[in-house]
Amino acid sequence: MTGDPLFADGVDWGDIGIMGIKIGVAFAALLVATMFMIWFERKLISDMQHRIGPNVAGPWGLLQALADGIKFFFKEDLRPANADPLVFRLAPYISAVTAFVAFAIVPIGGVFTDTEGRSGTVTLFGKETILQVADPPVGILLLLAMSSVAVYGVMLAGWSSGSKYPLIGSVRASAQAISYEAALGMSVVAVVIVAGSLSTQRIVSLQAGGANTWFVVTTGIVPFIVFLIAATAELNRPPFDLVEAEQELVGGFHTEYSSIRFALFFLAEFMNVITMSAIMVTLFFGGPAGPIFFGLTWLWPTVWFLAKVLAFLFVFVWFRATLPRLRYDQLMSLGWKVLIPVMLLWLMFLGLRQVVFDQESWNLAQRLVVTLGVTAVGGALGWLLLSAAMRAARRNTAQEPLDAEDLAGTPTGAAPGDVGPGRGG
Amino acid sequence: MVEVLVFAVAGAACLVGAIGVVLSRNPVHAALMLVMTLFGVAVLFVAQEAHFIAAVQVIVYAGAIVVLFLFVIMLLGVDRAAELSLGALPAQRWTAAAFGLGGAAVLVWMVAAVDRLYKGAHSYELEAAGAAAGDADAAATSYLTDVSAIARSLFSDYVYAFELTSLLLIVAVIGTVILARRSSGDDGPLDGTHGGDLQQAEGAPGTQEARR
Repeated sequence: MTGDPLFADGVDWGDIGIMGIKIGVAFAALLVATMFMIWFERKLISDMQHRIGPNVAGPWGLLQALADGIKFFFKEDLRPANADPLVFRLAPYISAVTAFVAFAIVPIGGVFTDTEGRSGTVTLFGKETILQVADPPVGILLLLAMSSVAVYGVMLAGWSSGSKYPLIGSVRASAQAISYEAALGMSVVAVVIVAGSLSTQRIVSLQAGGANTWFVVTTGIVPFIVFLIAATAELNRPPFDLVEAEQELVGGFHTEYSSIRFALFFLAEFMNVITMSAIMVTLFFGGPAGPIFFGLTWLWPTVWFLAKVLAFLFVFVWFRATLPRLRYDQLMSLGWKVLIPVMLLWLMFLGLRQVVFDQESWNLAQRLVVTLGVTAVGGALGWLLLSAAMRAARRNTAQEPLDAEDLAGTPTGAAPGDVGPGRGG
Repeated sequence: MVEVLVFAVAGAACLVGAIGVVLSRNPVHAALMLVMTLFGVAVLFVAQEAHFIAAVQVIVYAGAIVVLFLFVIMLLGVDRAAELSLGALPAQRWTAAAFGLGGAAVLVWMVAAVDRLYKGAHSYELEAAGAAAGDADAAATSYLTDVSAIARSLFSDYVYAFELTSLLLIVAVIGTVILARRSSGDDGPLDGTHGGDLQQAEGAPGTQEARR
């Protein structure tokens, strides 16, 4: 695939077969993982709240998600009279498709420390291939592209419903997604600076040398923490779930959806949780890297990968069980005034380190002094400017009377009357 | 075979999207059609192995700029076709048609010119150009991926243009913030001047109505 998007050398059934199998397997695996995740979350959160959780369908309630899915299929598909018919039908598919496509760049297995010179490839139909759907040269940028396209699903769903709560929910959601995308992108850049490549395959193979080569260590822990927070916000998971805050907005952008279309949103949400966990494992925790003990050497990396992803799924559920929801202004100030400045400073530090360590004539002391000195000066300057700006802002808001919009905490300026596409359309 | 197929599908998406932008009565539908065109162009970029440009196309244009369009359309509540048919300028249609035809003519001319360059003078001129550029240059750029090639020209060859552009954008952002605060705030500390007061007096009823 890489470097030859048009198959200039010709295409045969082997290529098509491998591609078909990969897409099929990835899709099926993601669907099964989503069903598992729904069960896992419900069971785990019940345990944390001293409840039992689903226990009727199947052993330990394992088939609960399947039962729910079947129920969704047979429910009536309602569409509000005010809704924009075309966009209303389109929105769930945008959400579901982007959730799946982002998973395509994750390497889910493959031995990267092979003595035979292979790096993460397996042989299928006599062709060497990698254990991921695609490894485009832009690699990790595809994640950012998909997460920015996913905004459309949410936004259009809210708008096309022709109803107030979904619109407010979708405006919140897209504002939140756009705000945190900056922090998310910058923490990805930190990894890219150190790895020197955008390709996930390369990023993973650079981390194959043991836990001390994982990027969570070599980029410092800061980019990982920022990524975890920004990813939680991007996923609209608690404590950043004001998008669908049940107490305020009924259900957020998908309030008017029912039946299989609602199921698609639900699916996309859980798929995104899995994809983000997988991306985090790929970027910071070595992907499928891990010790190989005995027997099936090709199976161990996948096992390690799944174990790491499971750990992150647990973390997301844990967040939901323990952290209270943020207020809208807290959310925005965390994103813009904390995460982005911290990440900018850290990027400066990483870039400096990379440049300084290329100067071969310098000794260690010189390198350290230059790196730390410039970072400290830049950080101090930035902090001064930022705190001055924040003081000015606080002074200005103290002088202005607080109006209703600020109190409501929603950024929508729309009058409640003119909501939705149906009116006069 | 694959090349023709990819070009046909992506080109069709671009064209249908472009026509849809013009013909849609509903601004939201028009914006979505624009997204379709942008995706078609992104696929064409990938077909030319300009992967980075394709990704940036999706992230920046589809992911940020059209989302901004949609925000404005939804929040201002102009998603009704009736409001669009108002404010047309007197000779707008004819001017637009003239510019459109002119643009199309330039495009056709460019395609024809490039076609002639590649077909007619293929071996001589291109090889001569390659030799003139020098082997050193070719060796320097051959190992670069498109990401590092773009980074090199942005941050070394054209660094002043790049920095000036970012300065321009920052000025635009600051200007927007100041203008926005001036017209919505009742007595913001930014405008002690008489001009600001005048503008406020004019803008006040509208903004208050909008807030209600």
